[in-house]
Amino acid sequence: MAFLKQYISEIYQAVSSLLKGMKTTGSYFVRPKEIITQQYPDNRADMKIPERFRGEVVMTHDENNEHACTGCTACELACPNATIKIVTKFDTTPEGKKKKALDTFVYHLELCTMCNLCVEACPTSAIKMAQTFEHSVYDRSQLLKKLNKPGSKLRAGVE
Amino acid sequence: MYRETKILNVDSKVSPIGGDLEGAVGADEGELVINVGPQHPATHGVLHLVITLQGETIQKVEPHLGYIHRSIEKMCESLSYRQFIYVTSRMDYLSAHINNHGCALCVEKGLQLEIPPRAQVIRVLMDELTRIASHELWWGAMAMDLGAFTPFFYAFRERETINDIMEETCGARLTMNYMVPGGVMYDIHPNFQKRVKDFIQLFNNKIDEYDDLVTNNIIFQNRTKGVGILSAADAISYGCTGPVARGSGVTCDIRKLYPYEVYDKVAFDEIIETAGDSYARYLVRIKELRQSVRIIEQLIDNIPDGDFQAKTKAVLKLPRGEFYSRIETARGEFGVYIVSEGGTTPYRIKFRSPGFSNLSALDHMSRGSKIGDLMAIMGTLDLVIPDIDR
Repeated sequence: MAFLKQYISEIYQAVSSLLKGMKTTGSYFVRPKEIITQQYPDNRADMKIPERFRGEVVMTHDENNEHACTGCTACELACPNATIKIVTKFDTTPEGKKKKALDTFVYHLELCTMCNLCVEACPTSAIKMAQTFEHSVYDRSQLLKKLNKPGSKLRAGVE
Repeated sequence: MYRETKILNVDSKVSPIGGDLEGAVGADEGELVINVGPQHPATHGVLHLVITLQGETIQKVEPHLGYIHRSIEKMCESLSYRQFIYVTSRMDYLSAHINNHGCALCVEKGLQLEIPPRAQVIRVLMDELTRIASHELWWGAMAMDLGAFTPFFYAFRERETINDIMEETCGARLTMNYMVPGGVMYDIHPNFQKRVKDFIQLFNNKIDEYDDLVTNNIIFQNRTKGVGILSAADAISYGCTGPVARGSGVTCDIRKLYPYEVYDKVAFDEIIETAGDSYARYLVRIKELRQSVRIIEQLIDNIPDGDFQAKTKAVLKLPRGEFYSRIETARGEFGVYIVSEGGTTPYRIKFRSPGFSNLSALDHMSRGSKIGDLMAIMGTLDLVIPDIDR
């Protein structure tokens, strides 16, 4: 008799626990407002990416096509993956002195892990992280980037 | 050498790779050796298990590692003390924050840095959010191992909220690299407190929902109760830590035993279950979710003002010596051991990862169970393979 009682109570518990689970699932069926699926890429226009999101390293240029990079290589030294290579040249100042300046800021996006250490290391805030994240290209060479725009020069007053 | 597979209908007595096939056929009649993985959806990564079966009963489980070895420890030897922290996110990627935290703690120990109170509280908050996110993913994957697919989506829905909070404050969703020696990389986002409070409010009801869906489900209970039993003595001898050892009744929470940051100032319980079976390990993690919520609730309104980062030199140099720090990740004890020669890079780094020791108990736990239970046992171990292989 005790066995039968236990058997029936087990079945009752089993059915009730299953129904409880089904109730949870079913309640979402009648509450479609709680669906959180995003229809990417259809919602690309109104997608909100936080301003701190780290997508890729970019160099900020102002309207005069001037940047703040002095070519000090602090970012190159801070980078753990050798993502950044800075090529410098020697400019002649109006006084006739030779001064080290940035020639090319080479950035390997394919090596970058977006750790933000280069941005933290930069003494003049010349580089920052951009919010772009769709980096797929057909060829690896397209990921090799030159961050300083052609014809750009160092902003006056930045040392 | 292990027996790879049982070879049926063999004409030649010599195997193509050399060696006698007589031994490979297996001493016992009806014994079958099968390979699970390295490409198997239930092993959560490239884990290779060689299972010896007698009928459906497991006789032996041999894990074969090395498929995702990236020599992270060796890599760290060529990186500076600021740079090596980001690599550890790639080990246990589900509790990346806590790994980074452990490394930062070890470097700070060497430098004898005083961490500002604000940074300490932010770190603990981030750790607990990571713990929730990690347990969340485990819960979904565990239910999926047992054949329930819906919980996976439920778990990811809440985990997504945490990822959004992380994205807003830390700048990345999974490999945040937010901890730096001396504090955190930048201050919390102005929205952070509000969003975390919203999440906590929402999440409390969701844990009840998880209980309704999975914990109290009779099929789930029958498949996990009394399966994969690990006694307290075995848990200690295999070096198990975290929820695996606490499910067997071993007190091993580093947050309680060796409190770091502000863990000695917040009230929370160390969850101990004594049954030692799969269900006990499951309960420990589910109850830990509530404890993490409790810690966050205590700290979220009490973030002290001040600096979020201590002043450090541009180039960090650890004094000559050996430094060890331990931290409680979502999986157990994570240890960082640094040998310094006084230079800018470590001479040697060793990571003690919780997954490796927990995996070593799998053979002992699953002997004598049926093959269908193996996935249930593995699910409760909460294995992250890159953490095991490094």
